[in-house]
Amino acid sequence: MTWWQEFISFFSFAEPNVEIVFWGSLLLSAVSGLVGSFTFLRKQSLIGDVIAHSVLPGICLAFLIGKEKDPAYLLIGATIAGWLSTVAVDFISSRSKIKSDTAIALVLSVFFGLGVLILTNIQHSGMANQSGLDQFIFGRASAMNPADVQVFAVVDILITLVVLLFFRAFKLLSFDPQFAQSIGFPLDLLRVILSVITVATVAMGVQAVGVVLMSALLITPAAAARFWTDRIRVMMILAVVISAASGVIGAAISYTSSGMPTGPWIVIVLSAMALLSSLVGKNKGLLQARLLRWSNDRKIAIENTLKSFFYLTDGFEDDPGPISSKTLREKSRMHRADLRRGIFFSRLKGFLKKENGGWVLSEEGEKISKETVRKHRLWELYISKFMHLKPDHVHDDAEGIEHIITPEIEAELEELLEFPETDPHDKAIPKV
Amino acid sequence: MNDLWIISTAILVATSSAILGSFLIMRKMAMIGDAISHAVLPGIVIAYFVTQNRTGFPVLMGAAASGLIVTSFIQFFNRRVRLQMDASIGISYTFLFALGIILISYFGSNVDLDQECVLYGEIAYVPLDQLMIGDTLIGPRQFWILLINLVLVVSAVFIAYRRLVLTSFDEGFATSAGISVVFWQYYLMGGVSLTTVVSFESVGAILVIAFLVGPAATAYLLTDQFKRMIFLAIGTGISASILGYYLAVVTNASIAGAIATVIGIQFMLAFAVYRNKHKWRDSKHAPYDSPVKVEPE
Repeated sequence: MTWWQEFISFFSFAEPNVEIVFWGSLLLSAVSGLVGSFTFLRKQSLIGDVIAHSVLPGICLAFLIGKEKDPAYLLIGATIAGWLSTVAVDFISSRSKIKSDTAIALVLSVFFGLGVLILTNIQHSGMANQSGLDQFIFGRASAMNPADVQVFAVVDILITLVVLLFFRAFKLLSFDPQFAQSIGFPLDLLRVILSVITVATVAMGVQAVGVVLMSALLITPAAAARFWTDRIRVMMILAVVISAASGVIGAAISYTSSGMPTGPWIVIVLSAMALLSSLVGKNKGLLQARLLRWSNDRKIAIENTLKSFFYLTDGFEDDPGPISSKTLREKSRMHRADLRRGIFFSRLKGFLKKENGGWVLSEEGEKISKETVRKHRLWELYISKFMHLKPDHVHDDAEGIEHIITPEIEAELEELLEFPETDPHDKAIPKV
Repeated sequence: MNDLWIISTAILVATSSAILGSFLIMRKMAMIGDAISHAVLPGIVIAYFVTQNRTGFPVLMGAAASGLIVTSFIQFFNRRVRLQMDASIGISYTFLFALGIILISYFGSNVDLDQECVLYGEIAYVPLDQLMIGDTLIGPRQFWILLINLVLVVSAVFIAYRRLVLTSFDEGFATSAGISVVFWQYYLMGGVSLTTVVSFESVGAILVIAFLVGPAATAYLLTDQFKRMIFLAIGTGISASILGYYLAVVTNASIAGAIATVIGIQFMLAFAVYRNKHKWRDSKHAPYDSPVKVEPE
């Protein structure tokens, strides 16, 4: 079978085990996307990292006490250890001069070291049934069994219910904790609930993706989703979708070749999605930011070019005929490259025509030209009147703002200034 | 004899890390150190696969390259697309670490590196790989490499001590005095990357962060003076190495894990001492009947 056929065959559930892996990965990554959104919004992504590393000693101790790999037992052990680690980070950074980043790195590595100590002790003691415990480090989704998936489903439903129930409170806690406190939300209780669901998510995830990479499942989906929207609801739904898709795709990729760990592949797919989102995302993605800037620059170049015609023709009172590029270059204060660009795009949009080796404005071009000057002069008048600036200090400011003023602001300015005729330099404000 | 070699190897890792870690935590860069220590993995694996040599120069270059890549990823997410810092760090290093693990699985039996070794190293095997000069064995290869690293770290810090301290404590003043904060930051990160790579085989990618941050944090609690803090951190690291070794012998477990555990215990003790000393200074726990009474005028 080719790689692709193998990949597709994962989704046909041909082998009974595959169905378990599919649902396990799906349930796990979906809920981490949901819970991770709050840690992301609270700028505590690295706390997820701490919890993920710190569940290891809990799992190993639970195994030592219970002597078997009972998922419920291990989940409880992991939850206790993970919760302890967050308490330790809070305690160290609030009760000493140690900064939170140091506290995070310290707790993470010491808990993990303790986990390694207990784990290797178990391995070396040759205890029966210990094999597979080390899978908790890197995770192996293929080792999941139906009981695990049932536990996942129950935890997923519980966590989703908690999130739905406390959604407004969590939202407020993430964005404005002071305000939340002032209107009487029990902040400490909310923090505890939030950290309990985070810890529970991590604890259940380590089996499939391993302690090291579990943190990526919390951090990356929300970060990727944030490049598409500013609205928290949409962001959370997107995070869940991105995460669930990555979970399933990653599991399918690791299924195609034996011995491939699942966790790393899920993380690679997730990271690729985050990178892609950061490039083409509609909300502050790199490409979108570039395009926006480009179109702004173009608009400014066009308006400045057309504006020079206003000054060269004395507000379209004179008609000197077509104006040559040379005159424009000499008389307008624009940068050469900007002027060239402005002429090019104005012509493209039909604001400018070539006539007898010079340039003439079309009707629409003249309108934009007047409009720009009008906004410029209105703004000059506004700041000289309301900010008490001298008339010779207002030009530079207006030069920038004239491209941004919308028709609504323009109307408001006009009304505020009582429909003025002239600007602070006693020049007429053109009417369109 | 083997015990001695193992302990001294651990001491070498602990000493270089303690020195660098003291600067890291003063600069609030502990998590960047964590990120780099995870992220050097893919570089090491690729270089190792190509050269079949665990400690050669190419491995160093590979690790340095991945260190640079993770730093530029963090920079890209944080600066270019304005993602918050914690998430930028989290995404970048988990990605590279995942890549490293996949590469190990992919090369499989062609590379004598296993996943566990990546996490907590195999310091117990250090004495098996002896270096020969002529016909005489002069000790484990790891020991000598780590010794060279320590010499490098100590001299690098010694040469630039004043600048490193200045840029760590007062960025504004350092900048106004014409000292490039960014340059010394990379200088320090270079030392961290180098130490991570050479310590990789003995203590693994994750536990090296315990060596970097733990003793320095312990020392930071016990003194307010930076020079004293560095020496205290070194002392803490050395004692943790020795105690950790015996803890590992007693529990029959991973030596690196045991040392990290001892580092944690040391920190808890120092924390107790610190809390005891600062009990009355801490406003949160000041007694309600404050000795300083504010009299209304």
